Amino acid sequence: MSMREAIAAALLVALAGAQARAEGPALGRAASAGEIALFDISVGPDGVGLPPGAGAARQGRLVYEARCIGCHGEKGEGKPNDRLVGGFGTLKGGQAAVKTIGSYWPYATTVFDYVRRAMPFDAPKSLTDEEVYAVTAYLLHLNGIVGEDVVVNAQTLPKIEMPNRGGFTLYTPGK
Amino acid sequence: MKRRQRADRPNEEEAAGAGLLHRRAFIAGAGALAGAATSGSAFAESLAVEPWMTGPGSPFTAYGQPSRFEASVARAYASPPNAPGAGAARTPLHRLHGVITPNGLHFERSHSGVPDIDPDKHRLLIHGLVARPLVFSLESLARYPMESRIAFIECGGNSAALNQPEPVKANVQTLHGLLSCAEWTGVRLSTLLDEVGVDSAARFVLAEGGDAASMSRSVPLAKAMDDALIALYQNGERIRPSNGYPMRLLLPGYEGNMQVKWLRRLKLVAAPAMTKDETSKYTLLQPDGTALQFVFPMEAKSAITQPSPDAAPRELGLYEISGLAWSGAGRIVKVEVSADGGRSWAEAHLQEPVLSKALTRFRLPWRWSGGPAVLQSRATDETGNVQPTRDSLLARRGPRALYHFNAITSWGVAPGGEVSHVYA
Repeated sequence: MSMREAIAAALLVALAGAQARAEGPALGRAASAGEIALFDISVGPDGVGLPPGAGAARQGRLVYEARCIGCHGEKGEGKPNDRLVGGFGTLKGGQAAVKTIGSYWPYATTVFDYVRRAMPFDAPKSLTDEEVYAVTAYLLHLNGIVGEDVVVNAQTLPKIEMPNRGGFTLYTPGK
Repeated sequence: MKRRQRADRPNEEEAAGAGLLHRRAFIAGAGALAGAATSGSAFAESLAVEPWMTGPGSPFTAYGQPSRFEASVARAYASPPNAPGAGAARTPLHRLHGVITPNGLHFERSHSGVPDIDPDKHRLLIHGLVARPLVFSLESLARYPMESRIAFIECGGNSAALNQPEPVKANVQTLHGLLSCAEWTGVRLSTLLDEVGVDSAARFVLAEGGDAASMSRSVPLAKAMDDALIALYQNGERIRPSNGYPMRLLLPGYEGNMQVKWLRRLKLVAAPAMTKDETSKYTLLQPDGTALQFVFPMEAKSAITQPSPDAAPRELGLYEISGLAWSGAGRIVKVEVSADGGRSWAEAHLQEPVLSKALTRFRLPWRWSGGPAVLQSRATDETGNVQPTRDSLLARRGPRALYHFNAITSWGVAPGGEVSHVYA
């Protein structure tokens, strides 16, 4: 089933269930634009949600060495926690798959989104947007995806082609 | 199917090889069973008037706890280094019966610890491709029409150890314990989505947790409209902190990771957000190097919980094989059990009520005569999906798919009665 067919089938299910739905007492209160901006920390693969700001790997290295190195190793090689770099060519065949940002992640925007919301583990959401851009650039640089001085921002990040961008297929039941 | 009666046990009719019996063995054979029990070693001691009969017991308590003799019935948990709040705690399935998991034993998978959320301050924001972005408090949701449903939750990574080339010597808690089932009560997500007015361009709902990790997943809008629940209660009481207090997303049958705990935000979007957990995790790597993405429902599956490792038969005789079956596609319609490693099968009895996307308890009598046996169970759901053998699943997906492992589990019973995880 293609993504389009899957969505069409899903919509039919939604319509079929529509009549049985319960009516609520309408107690939700209107959310202001400011509240939504405060709450909405998600970034899409199209770059929607990326904040102003920019950074390059050269500055990102300093952020990484201050905040990330303890868990992810000198250059993202992992240990004691997840490996972030390398593993290219390990996805095929019977060998152990080394799934890193470089070898596996299909979108660069996901790196920004995840680091901003969840990292560093002991103080998530403590990095500035500039620092998140810079450390994202550094992680991409360690994986050989961008140069050390390439500026990453809301316009450039969604356009970065990740090596495993084409490595995912939509699941169809029975496979 | 072989139907053979033994002259020495006229009530027992074999249903399949290595001692599997028809269900009526337990009913018709009850007298004989009781007769046999009186000569058993468990009854060798004489009766006594115990001290708890000769003095008053303890006074009332505000919140009841299990007997102190049950202290070993507990979750087992592990975390990666530097991250004590990340990791998982597994349900002791081999120590439980029925299908409802007690709240304190429900499995738990957290990415950054359990947040201490003040329910009065917690808010749920629904926004994005909607006509009216709205904020809901717990107090306001309490006035909405509620619904209860019994649903299993299984982590997408449950049973991943069975991908290993050699059988991991562990019990059902370690191998399959990222599985639990509860009665969840809350507000239908469709009710709230009607109030915000979903834009016709919306196809997915991005759900986000209010914990430190703020874990997020893209859920198909159709699922959100179909049977999704904003769950507030778990087995009658408020959801436990480790399961999402004060509210979690319940997506019956879907992989646990999507059923976001501590739910604080739902954003209607046109396309998946491609979050960390729906790209770098919970994707199934195939032998050709590509990965299957958006594998949402958990497929037909079962496991024998008793006998099993750490719940082994101690003497020869009649036992009840008992286990759990489930499917994210609907109801379980059949569970077959084998005691000879899949050479012959007998249909187990399913405990009513058999509910869609809930755990189903199955049982079948078994006479263990001391020989080696390999116990297996095989579930079939109402869509016709049959739980595969390990060999066929690995042939299809390879050993590195990691997630959504739903193949048959084998328990080897040694002549001495020791039960261990084996591949058969």
